[in-house]
Amino acid sequence: MSIAEALREAIKEEMRRDERVFCLGEDIDVEGGFGGAFTVTLGLSKEFGHERILDTPISEIMIAGAAVGAAMTGMIPIADVQYGDFLFCMMDQMANNAGKMTYMSGGTVKVPMVMRAPVGATTRGAQHAQSLEGFFTHIPGLKVICPSTAYDAKGLLKTAIRDENPVVVFEHKLLYGSKGNRAEKSALSPVGEVPEEEYLIPFGVAAIRREGTDITIVANLLMIYRAMEAAAILEKEGISVEIIDPRTLVPFDYETVINSIKKTSRLMIVEEDTRRNGWGAEVAAQIAEDAIYYLDAPIKRVATYDVPIPFAPVMENFVVPSAQRIAEEARKLMNS
Amino acid sequence: MKEKIDGQKVLGLYEKMFLIRKYEEKIYFLFLEGIMPGTIHQSQGQEATAVGMLYDLRKEDYMTSTHRPAGHCLAKGVTVDSMMAEMFAKKTGCCKGKGGAMHTGDISVGAIPAIAIVGGGIPVAVGVGLSCKMRKTDNVVVCFFGDGATNEGAFHESLNAAAIWNLPVIFACENNLYGASTHIRQVTKIKDLAVRGDAYGIPWEIVDGNDVIKVNEAAIRAIERARNGSGTTFLELKTYRRSGHSRNDACGYRDKKEEKEWFEKDPLTICKNYILEKKITTLQKLEELEKKVLDEIDNAVEYAKSSPYPEPQDALTDVYFEGGK
Ligand SMILES: Cc1ncc(C[n+]2csc(CCOP(=O)(O)OP(=O)(O)O)c2C)c(N)n1
Ligand SMILES: [Mg+2]
Repeated sequence: MSIAEALREAIKEEMRRDERVFCLGEDIDVEGGFGGAFTVTLGLSKEFGHERILDTPISEIMIAGAAVGAAMTGMIPIADVQYGDFLFCMMDQMANNAGKMTYMSGGTVKVPMVMRAPVGATTRGAQHAQSLEGFFTHIPGLKVICPSTAYDAKGLLKTAIRDENPVVVFEHKLLYGSKGNRAEKSALSPVGEVPEEEYLIPFGVAAIRREGTDITIVANLLMIYRAMEAAAILEKEGISVEIIDPRTLVPFDYETVINSIKKTSRLMIVEEDTRRNGWGAEVAAQIAEDAIYYLDAPIKRVATYDVPIPFAPVMENFVVPSAQRIAEEARKLMNS
Repeated sequence: MKEKIDGQKVLGLYEKMFLIRKYEEKIYFLFLEGIMPGTIHQSQGQEATAVGMLYDLRKEDYMTSTHRPAGHCLAKGVTVDSMMAEMFAKKTGCCKGKGGAMHTGDISVGAIPAIAIVGGGIPVAVGVGLSCKMRKTDNVVVCFFGDGATNEGAFHESLNAAAIWNLPVIFACENNLYGASTHIRQVTKIKDLAVRGDAYGIPWEIVDGNDVIKVNEAAIRAIERARNGSGTTFLELKTYRRSGHSRNDACGYRDKKEEKEWFEKDPLTICKNYILEKKITTLQKLEELEKKVLDEIDNAVEYAKSSPYPEPQDALTDVYFEGGK
């Protein structure tokens, strides 16, 4: 099953289970349309009708704000944006209302909403390319998750829908496995087994994608796959890499990372978000505070350079971490 | 009866529209061949709005555009060479390969690099208009946006501000009936978007957006008002895109009868028929003109193909970059 299909399954199951759950977003299931920018919501209106699958006007402030309002008063909205960059249009609702409402009300209201957003650079230029995890992990009151496999996508989204806090879900454009004319040119297609029976994945539990003894790499979304590629290269050179996918950034599973560095003594963080003040910076700081004595070398971050994402593939490929760049930095880290 | 519009001008309007149509068709072909990166949002069918609105602007006047910018940019005078090179992600592109299709533009001819956030260009146009006024120029701004953008909060804030400050901004709404796959009927209760002008105290007109002469006449009235300090105008240009929304979109969400009706009102055909009926020129002369345009596009493809790619490190220029690892 592809990630797009797994997300759709999660939404379907939760909508069947709980009639408070509904979807809203632009072009999410117009007759003859796309099923959202990456097909995740395709066909859902057949089963649930347009009362629960709401195609909205192009109005991001309203989408986010309506999700907050509905969530506060007994509904469970799953909202989305077509590209993560448009989250900026709804930032006031996300930061000032979604993130603060429970707190400001002294805990008397809950905001059980989900906001889904595709991220990642795909040669569409700077306004359709950004990875925004760092912005959202910085906002108190929001949980932030980033599934990178079909299994995780389904299990984590179901947990997000049942969480009583607002949850932002970052999905990667090159990992969806969207089909037909919504397929992406340079996409990976990480199809994976998804069990028949129901399952949920708790937040704050990382997954070890690869075991190793020399370097721990913490990476998310597409960077997991780039790190895996790098690890395969490094293995031939005798460098053994352990790869950890945090799966959720807020909450973050530090324990798994610390257990890993106890073994490897070296830590690298790889993210597609730009470097300055990103989630990787937070992880590095936290590990430095709590576990620096397990390390034999400085913590290394590999991230997108601090520039907007350029259009030309030669430049885009340069600013976003590649397997080669990760491998090169890992070699340096081994020698430091 | 004497025609209001000069024959030579009609030829000029037609030539620009023909350039846009053939440029877009060429792009579509090259894109499907797979040699062009990124995505495309094309404007076939909407040539009359771009050309009619911009034909009488001066170079010093401005234009803001959207994710569908090629027609606007060609009509404002961005060169075919530099646009084509940008599409090929070359260093000689109008944005040095950094922008791509959705950010096409060239400030030296007043084409503000296009903004691909729906509605995102509308407040920027207000700022450009404000600047034109504060600098005591008589320059004006044409602000393009789609029907879909009129449901963004940015639209509301911007029209109100332009109205109270009497800014030389002309809001040109290209109502092509769809925002991506969504029909305007599904997301807006009023039939004519133009009437929203009333909410802000802005004069408005509803215009046949496929008749370049009618668009141009409305544009001239609005430009005149903007230049002489009478303030802003809202024009709703009713049109239709012949292309998909983006990439290879088969438009499964569109009613085939509606498509057929609109396809029959093709802006180029309407203009060409006018030229031939009024005997402004002969078919043969017109075809010579068309040939010239086709050559220009072919040359642009050659230019783009033979241009160098940017260097990877160029990605770190044109922005404040602290350095990094
Ligand atoms: C803020 C924002 N939301 C959504 C999108 C995705 N999107 C790109 S074009 C488009 C439709 C725009 O419709 P309209 O304004 O009518 O312009 P048209 O495409 O018809 O020219 C959408 C939803 C976007 N680019 N920006
Ligand atoms: Mg439209």
